[in-house]
Amino acid sequence: MGKISLKQVTKAFGDAEVIPPLDLDINEGEFVVFVGPSGCGKSTLLRLIAGLEDVSSGTIEIDGQNATEVPPAKRGLAMVFQSYALYPHMSVRKNIAFPLKMAKMDPAEQERRVTAAAKVLNLTDYLDRRPGQLSGGQRQRVAIGRAIVREPAAFLFDEPLSNLDAALRVNMRLEISELHQSLATTMIYVTHDQVEAMTMADKIVVLRAGRIEQVGTPLELYRTPANQFVAGFIGSPKMNFITGEEAARFGAHTIGIRPEHCVLSTTDGTWKGKVGVAEHLGSDTFLYVTVPGMDPLTVRVQGEAGVHHGDTVFISPVAENLHRFEANGLAIRQATA
Amino acid sequence: MATAHSRAAARLMISPAVLLLLGWMIVPLSMTVYFSFLSYNLLMPGMEEFIGFTNYEFFLTDPAFFAALANTLLLVGGVLVITIVGGTLLALLLDQPFWGQGIVRILVIAPFFVMPTVSALVWKNMFMNPVNGLFAYFAKALGLQPFDFLAHAPLASIIVIVAWQWLPFATLILLTALQSLDQEQLEASEMDGANFLNRFVYIVLPHMSRAITVVILIQTIFLLSVFAEILVTTNGGPGTSSTNITYLVYAQSLLQFDVGGGSAGGIVAVILANIVAVFLMRMIGKNLEA
Repeated sequence: MGKISLKQVTKAFGDAEVIPPLDLDINEGEFVVFVGPSGCGKSTLLRLIAGLEDVSSGTIEIDGQNATEVPPAKRGLAMVFQSYALYPHMSVRKNIAFPLKMAKMDPAEQERRVTAAAKVLNLTDYLDRRPGQLSGGQRQRVAIGRAIVREPAAFLFDEPLSNLDAALRVNMRLEISELHQSLATTMIYVTHDQVEAMTMADKIVVLRAGRIEQVGTPLELYRTPANQFVAGFIGSPKMNFITGEEAARFGAHTIGIRPEHCVLSTTDGTWKGKVGVAEHLGSDTFLYVTVPGMDPLTVRVQGEAGVHHGDTVFISPVAENLHRFEANGLAIRQATA
Repeated sequence: MATAHSRAAARLMISPAVLLLLGWMIVPLSMTVYFSFLSYNLLMPGMEEFIGFTNYEFFLTDPAFFAALANTLLLVGGVLVITIVGGTLLALLLDQPFWGQGIVRILVIAPFFVMPTVSALVWKNMFMNPVNGLFAYFAKALGLQPFDFLAHAPLASIIVIVAWQWLPFATLILLTALQSLDQEQLEASEMDGANFLNRFVYIVLPHMSRAITVVILIQTIFLLSVFAEILVTTNGGPGTSSTNITYLVYAQSLLQFDVGGGSAGGIVAVILANIVAVFLMRMIGKNLEA
C-alpha cells in the first residue's frame, strides 16, 4: 500500500506548460517532500496525484494500478489543504466523520474511528465545537484527523503549516513527523520552506518550473547538490556564490561555499573584507562581510564572534566543502583539493 | 465608539434621522388607526362618527377576508418556493463557466427591471390570453383546447407572474453566495468521497443558508403587498379567488368608498405582517447570527 509512480506526466493549462514530462517514484511508507520556490508547480503536481487536476499526458500509478482516470475519492488518498478546508457548519466530530459517512460506514465504527483519531490528535475535548471556535493549530489537527480516519494509502499535505505562527509550526512539524513514524504511511508533503523539507523528509524532491532538479535524502542534497539552484535553495542561510576570477582559481565558473563552511579570522585568510551587519542569535552569529570584487558573503560563526560592524576580517573556505559549478549551473563532481 | 462622550455624540447626531423616520411612520399609522374607529364613507362626507370596533368586526367576519388571507399566504409561499428552488438551480447553472456568461447573466436579471404592471400585462395579453396568447397558440398547435389561465387558475397564474419577476433577484443573491464558497472545501469533500448530490446537500446548501434566509426575508416583505399584478390581470376575481389582503383593503376603501373599513383592514394587515415577521425571525433569524 502506498507506492506511487508518475510516468511521463505533463500538465498544461491552455498553452502554458506547467509541468514538462516528469518521472517520479514514491516508495511505500516514505515521507516525500516537494520543495521549490512559489510557482514551481509543486502544488499542481500534488493535485495531479490527488486527482483534483487531470494530467495532460502520462500515467499515474498507485500500488501498481493505473490511477490516471480514477476519480479522487477512489484513489485511496487523503489530502490536507493549506486553508484546512474544514466544513464550517459541522462540528469537529462531523468534520472528521464526513469521509466515513460518505463511505456509508456503520455508525458505531465511525464513532470508534473518530474517537481514536481525536485521541491521537488531542482533540477529544473539542469534538463538539465548530471549526470557527478552534485555534489555527487545532483546526490543522482536525484537518489531519479527517485524513487519518480514512486510513488512506497515502497522505497528501499542501503547505499545511503556512498559516500557523512560527512556534506552532515547529510543534506541528514534530507532530506530523511523529504521526508518520506511528502510521508508517506514505506521505507527500508540499512546502516552499526548505527547513520543513530538511527536517521532515525521507526524500526531498526539489522542483523548479515544473522540472525535478534533484531527488535525494536531505543530507545528500545538502552535501552534494546537483546544481547551483539546489545548492542555493537547500541550507539556511543561503550558500554564498562567487563567480569570476576567484572561481576560475578553483577551475570552475562559479564556486559555492556555505556560511557554516567559512572560517573567520582576524589575522589572515583567503579573502579580506569588512564586516557589515552582524546578527547575534546567541548560539550562532551571522556576519555579512563585504569583500571587494565579490557579492557580500554570509559567514556563520558558532557562539559569539567578537567582531563588530566595520571590523576587517579574513575569511577562508573549508576546501572539502567547496562546491564548484559549470557555467550552465551543473555541479562539477571531481574532488577539489 | 468607546467612550461615553463619543456615544452621546453619536446618539445626538443620529437622532434627526431617527426622529424623521419615526414621524414618517407614526403619523400615517396613527391616522389609519383613528380612521379605523370611525364610520367614514366617502359617499357621505361630514357624517363621520366614532363606532368603536365595528369596522374590525365587519372586516374580520367578512368571508372575503378569509379567502384573501389564504390567498395571501398561498401567493407568498408559492412564489418563495418557486424562486428559491428555481433560483438555486439557475445559480448552479450560471456558476458553471460557459461562453457568453456575462451576457447571459445580464439577461437573467432583466425581468427584475420590468415594472410589475408592464410585466403582468405582457403575461396577460401575450402569453395567457386564450385567443391571442402564446400558450393558446401552442395548445392549438398540439390540437388541444386553449386554457384560460386567468379565468380558471387565477391565483396560480399570478403566482407564476410574480415568481417570474422575483426569480432574478433570488438567482443573483444565491449566485453570489455560491461564488463565495471556498473551492478547497469542495475539493476536500470530493477527496472525502462526496458525489455531486452529497456535495450539494452537505457543503453547498449549508453555505447558502444565510443567503436563502435573506432572500426569504426580503421577498416576504414585498410579496405580502403584491397589488399591481392583481389589479391589471384579474382585479381580484373571479369572485375573490385572486384577492389578497392588500387588494381587499384597496377594494374596501376605494371601490366601496369605505375609508373606515379599509383602515381597519389596513391595521389587520399590519398586524398579520408582524405575526409573519415574528415567525420568520424565530424560524430562520438564527441563521443570520454569527
